[in-house]
Amino acid sequence: MKKYISFFRMKLIAGLQYRVAAYAGMATQFMWGGMEILIYRCFYLENQNSFPMQMQALASYIWLQQGLFLLFSWFLETEIINSISDGNIAYELCRPCDIYGMWFSRTMAVRVSRVLLRCIPVFVFAVCLPAPYGLRLPPSFTAAGLFVISGILGFLNVIAFGMIIYISTFFTISAQGIRIFAMSVVELLGGSVIPIPFLPDGLRQVVELLPFASMQNAPFRIYGGDIAGIEAIQVILLQLFWLVVMVLIGKAWINKALKRVVVQGG
Amino acid sequence: MIQVEHVSKSFRIAKRNPGMKEAVKSLWHREYEVVEALKDISFSIKDGEMVGYIGPNGAGKSSSIKILSGILTPESGTVSINGRIPWKQRKEHVKEIGVVFGQRSQLWWDVPVMDSFYLLKDIYSVPKQQFQESLTELIELLNLKEIARTPARQLSLGQRMRCEIAASLLHSPKILFLDEPTIGLDAVSKLAVREFILKLNQTKKTTVILTTHDMQDIEALAKRIILIGKGKILSDGTLLELKQQFPNEESLDEMIASLYKSYQIS
Repeated sequence: MKKYISFFRMKLIAGLQYRVAAYAGMATQFMWGGMEILIYRCFYLENQNSFPMQMQALASYIWLQQGLFLLFSWFLETEIINSISDGNIAYELCRPCDIYGMWFSRTMAVRVSRVLLRCIPVFVFAVCLPAPYGLRLPPSFTAAGLFVISGILGFLNVIAFGMIIYISTFFTISAQGIRIFAMSVVELLGGSVIPIPFLPDGLRQVVELLPFASMQNAPFRIYGGDIAGIEAIQVILLQLFWLVVMVLIGKAWINKALKRVVVQGG
Repeated sequence: MIQVEHVSKSFRIAKRNPGMKEAVKSLWHREYEVVEALKDISFSIKDGEMVGYIGPNGAGKSSSIKILSGILTPESGTVSINGRIPWKQRKEHVKEIGVVFGQRSQLWWDVPVMDSFYLLKDIYSVPKQQFQESLTELIELLNLKEIARTPARQLSLGQRMRCEIAASLLHSPKILFLDEPTIGLDAVSKLAVREFILKLNQTKKTTVILTTHDMQDIEALAKRIILIGKGKILSDGTLLELKQQFPNEESLDEMIASLYKSYQIS
């Protein structure tokens, strides 16, 4: 276990070095958050009855999404993809580590290190905005606790899904196609373009059962009270289910991939 | 003790003629050529031996090293290294070996070299006392004191290679695989690396297997030479025996060129 924690630490240290990227990212997040709030405000003022969420819950959703963008949004670590396609994986296979665990902890660390730098200014800004457009505390302690659990599970689900995409690189050399496809699917069905409650009935019920809804959708809606009580527990169990399934698929697939690994480039 | 018996490995290589028409055609129909990288290789190496593994480009040297270090799985044949099968008991096996691929880097690119060393300590679970001892020794012998605090990306090739060698020895492996360790180095760095490897083999009794195109490396280091060409082992003996086959050649390089020609492998 200690070696995986060390990986985590190493990546954390490395990630903290990049300050300019952090400032630029923060500026983007302010802009996006503000813009989204303005757009949804128009719809809300037009017809409050057909709005599927409370404006306050939606505002919290949007600001959490911006502040924690790099925990839940869809991107892959190019370093891992490159190590497969240029053959540097040779060194990783010379370590007494489980490749799956090594990559998993590494991806976690990269995301956490980037978020640590960026989330606080975004949250401070969002808290200062007037109701119902700013970020507010969750409605209850229970909601706060469930948010933390669901947030961690959602984060792990994002990475477990990313792992499956990394492993696909073993079979295709250029993972570009699969990556772009996966990105569109995750963004649309995971509620990062439009929150899932805004999807049409029928489609929405199906989407809520998919693994993508177990990523950012679950914790952000629990936070605002949009999902509460027994429903929140069900959502968390579903998150757990998808996490187990995706980790098992990833591990089985990587073992198969390593048997036929070819080290590119001599 | 390393025992290799009847090992074969082949790769499938995609081939097509140049040009647009051919590229479009290959969308439907791919042509592959099977290249037999290793054909029925057998040899054995005793503990504490220092062996030079030579042959022209594409002879199968790197593939052999990768099989011995547990990265690649051969199609047939058996390998037993200290009683283990490298690709089946990968994690246990790699704890006892060190590997340097001259053309790749195992140091983390954007942190000081020392951070990489400490991470390797945790990856290999090296006890603190033992780690301190080998670290002090390696820093002294490879003259790393000044450069250990520099990020790996800012090192020169010679400095980096010394760090790579140190990195592969921190866990005191019993066997060291060196795949072209002096490639691209200047005379001073080459001599330093050679001297160090020689000392390591004499004092620690580390088994060293070395591939190189630099015949001075071989002359300085390896008593025993295994010659491989087109995936087959062509000769296995001392440098002196090879020299006696070609008494008329003046330099080592010329001798090796004649040797390759005589086996029709160049």
